[in-house]
Amino acid sequence: MAGLTSSLGTRPGTPMKARFDIGRLLLEGRAFLALIVIVAVFSSLSPYYLTVANMMTMSSHVAIFGMLAIGMLLVVLNGGIDLSVGSTLGLSGMVAGFLMQGVTLSYFGVTAYPPVWVTAILCCLVGGLVGLVNGVLIARFKVPAFVATLGVMYMVRGLALLMTNGLTYNDLGGQTAHGNTGFDWLGFNRLAGVPIGVVVFAVIAVVTSVLLSRAAFGRWLYASGGNARAAELSGVPVRIVQVSVYVFSGVCAAIGGLILSSQLTSAGPTAGTSYELTAIAAVVVGGAALTGGRGNVRGTLLGAFVIGFLSDGLVIIGISAYWQTVFTGAVIVLAVLLNALQYHKRGRRPQALPGGPTSSLARAGQTLPTRPA
Amino acid sequence: MSAAVQIADVSDDVVLSARNVVKTYGSTQALRNVDFDVRRGKVTTLFGENGAGKSTLMKILSGVERPTSGELTLDGRPISFSSSTDARSYGVSIIHQELSLAPNLNVRDNIFMGREIRSAKGVDFAEEERQVRVLMKGLNQEIDPLTPVERLRLGQQQIVEIARALSINARILIMDEPTSALSAHEVELLFRVVHDLTARGVAIVYISHHLEEALHITNHAVVLRDGVVTARADVEDIDLEWIVRHMAGENFNLGTPPEQRDFGDVVLSIRDLIVAGPVRAGPPVVDRMSLDVRAGEIVCIYGLMGAGRTEMLECIAGRDVPESGSVLLCGQNVARLSIAARIEKGLALVPEDRQRDGLVQTMTVGRNLSLASITSFVRHLVLSSSREESLVDESISDVHIKTAGGWAPIGSLSGGNQQKVVIGKMLATHPKAILLDEPSRGIDVGAKAEVFRILAKRAEAGLAVVFTTSEVSECLSIAHRIIVMRRGRIAAEFGADATKEDIMAASGEAVVAA
Ligand SMILES: Nc1ncnc2c1ncn2[C@@H]1O[C@H](COP(=O)(O)OP(=O)(O)OP(=O)(O)O)[C@@H](O)[C@H]1O
Ligand SMILES: [Mg+2]
Repeated sequence: MAGLTSSLGTRPGTPMKARFDIGRLLLEGRAFLALIVIVAVFSSLSPYYLTVANMMTMSSHVAIFGMLAIGMLLVVLNGGIDLSVGSTLGLSGMVAGFLMQGVTLSYFGVTAYPPVWVTAILCCLVGGLVGLVNGVLIARFKVPAFVATLGVMYMVRGLALLMTNGLTYNDLGGQTAHGNTGFDWLGFNRLAGVPIGVVVFAVIAVVTSVLLSRAAFGRWLYASGGNARAAELSGVPVRIVQVSVYVFSGVCAAIGGLILSSQLTSAGPTAGTSYELTAIAAVVVGGAALTGGRGNVRGTLLGAFVIGFLSDGLVIIGISAYWQTVFTGAVIVLAVLLNALQYHKRGRRPQALPGGPTSSLARAGQTLPTRPA
Repeated sequence: MSAAVQIADVSDDVVLSARNVVKTYGSTQALRNVDFDVRRGKVTTLFGENGAGKSTLMKILSGVERPTSGELTLDGRPISFSSSTDARSYGVSIIHQELSLAPNLNVRDNIFMGREIRSAKGVDFAEEERQVRVLMKGLNQEIDPLTPVERLRLGQQQIVEIARALSINARILIMDEPTSALSAHEVELLFRVVHDLTARGVAIVYISHHLEEALHITNHAVVLRDGVVTARADVEDIDLEWIVRHMAGENFNLGTPPEQRDFGDVVLSIRDLIVAGPVRAGPPVVDRMSLDVRAGEIVCIYGLMGAGRTEMLECIAGRDVPESGSVLLCGQNVARLSIAARIEKGLALVPEDRQRDGLVQTMTVGRNLSLASITSFVRHLVLSSSREESLVDESISDVHIKTAGGWAPIGSLSGGNQQKVVIGKMLATHPKAILLDEPSRGIDVGAKAEVFRILAKRAEAGLAVVFTTSEVSECLSIAHRIIVMRRGRIAAEFGADATKEDIMAASGEAVVAA
């Protein structure tokens, strides 16, 4: 749906014009429509659903895996996948918890209490480092993204568990005496009534959106995701782009971890388990193609909100957790089905091969013609 | 011999025919009321400019696409193919213009994909392999059935594609530009196979932008222009000039070398370049190649398939690492720079395989065109859309791309126009030296003349041009200097006054052609 605007449908360099194109709006509107339907259905079932308070609560839930989804979007645009984000989110919270308890420097015989902003930056660095490992494995050593990030996912989760032997940091409040209070600012404070976490999420979304549609980097990303060989021969620094998206994704996950542990004022080593799958779901529901090159931030945001508002709504009206899982799955399947139909209609089906297209071609798609001329 | 008369007397010879076929894609009318006959034991060639609708008609005849209206008759009975598999079961087989092989599978599996030979113990790989060897022998190719297709060069992939179509034992064989990546030698062999087939009563439809070559093989000619059949005739009644006149309405020549003037300084200088072959221990594909190209000079490199032209150009552009040797651009060694840095310094490559190396299928025409020069319109970290748009529009009119606009998906362009996008993209980087690997692949005479005219014009302004070709007539168009490559080395060097015979003899194909 939304994927088409920035990669296909829009006139080059004029993404704004797309807003006024009715046909495209309807196409793109699928996720939007779904969101409206969800909100309408749940507000009729529960008077509490459509209150400002609840909207804000739901949005701050969305902000957490939405952060992961935005990082994931960039990776997916590149034709990759990042399974390590859930673990990175957990590790980021643990690092924050660790730093907030004070770091004992035995050499100097003192305990240092880094201020909150230092803690936040260090967490982002840790996230970026995890992403760098992913990126280097994939771009330099040509490990398939799925496998590389799967391995890193386990390693990072293991590290998070090792930090406390599986225990949770319960108090992230900090102490005035140590000058490290204010960690709960991200999770509890509000800016004009909007939780800070949501504000941070919105800012990152806008920055990413501009990066994708208006910066050379965005174009490089779409090109290398669509056809890495052609991009490389056109002078796109494909490896740098590839490493950057994983670093970006890692940092996004770390910020997600900060927001989550700040909301809970505690950090557990198992936080964020299976969030990577939710993030992938949001990206896919938002119209991005897992084969790379198609998708945009607007779609991913809608995807994140559809999934978040749906599952929170199901909780509010008291549907069992098991049914929630079924519903979420159904939404994902439906969304992907519609994407497939849409891309098919656009005439980009693979070439008819004797005996029909084979599945082995799907991944090799970049090197295959998509239509006989 | 008027068209109306021909259609009226539907002789028994006609096996497959199309009547009043219309095909529209959105607002594009690719075909309008086309009548087309395919005759038993005869070669019917379809001529037409890029985007005339040739491939579209072939896709309809072979069941890949359904016509918007109109009907097909097979052996006099109306028929409608539900898919290409369905068409194949009626004996209609097609070689697509763009390759449709699975790169990860080997030659044998590609050829028998979807029609594996079964035995009691599963697929009979040994029998398949045997048949592939026989096919390859028929085409006089040394391609091992067990090589993965992705390891083959474009020309060899085209051979595999042809072999696959042949292996089907079709009654009607459609060939959409089967020879665009082949050199004269392979074409000769293919034509022998075609003669054998027609002698056995197979009906053949042939499409090629190599007009002379097509005239040589065909029995009937049909000319398509903007989706309408403008002329049809038997080959005895026509000549080259007739075809071009009906295709484009005017006559083209490929240009003459811009008059010998004093060239500028040496822009591109290659010294003792060695590129290793696929087998490390084997002979190198490019063997101590040295070449100087001056500003304003146009150099044509001619050679047979496997002569090492593509490997050399890709190595100069930075795709492959040379075994040894240096590449100097304006006196500066660029052999260690990345592709991006070389483009920045003014060295651009138009790759041979536009689908695999030239185009990003998920992007629009405009974004493909601006991709290589994108950093030049970044202002304050963001892209300037007005600059980009003007560059795109300029490129579209510069290289005469037939498209609805810069926003059109690249897949909606005809093959030749896609090729022009790749050329336009690299020209937009304002290179000092440009390397073009088979730039005329799949483009019509008019477009070819245009491309050569553009290159000649840019050369006059000081661009150093190196292009490769497999067609001798193209060597003798705009090039100041013709270099014949053979087994990775320079076999001969000619001035603009060379003759076809000289060039072919030096490349080693005279033996076969004689
Ligand atoms: N899938 C598609 N969607 C939209 N337009 C299409 C599509 N396929 C073909 N066209 C249009 O139909 C027209 C005929 O295209 P076709 O590929 O048949 O040309 P062609 O004669 O084979 O040209 P070439 O010599 O370049 O291969 C062109 O204008 C092309 O842009
Ligand atoms: Mg064609």
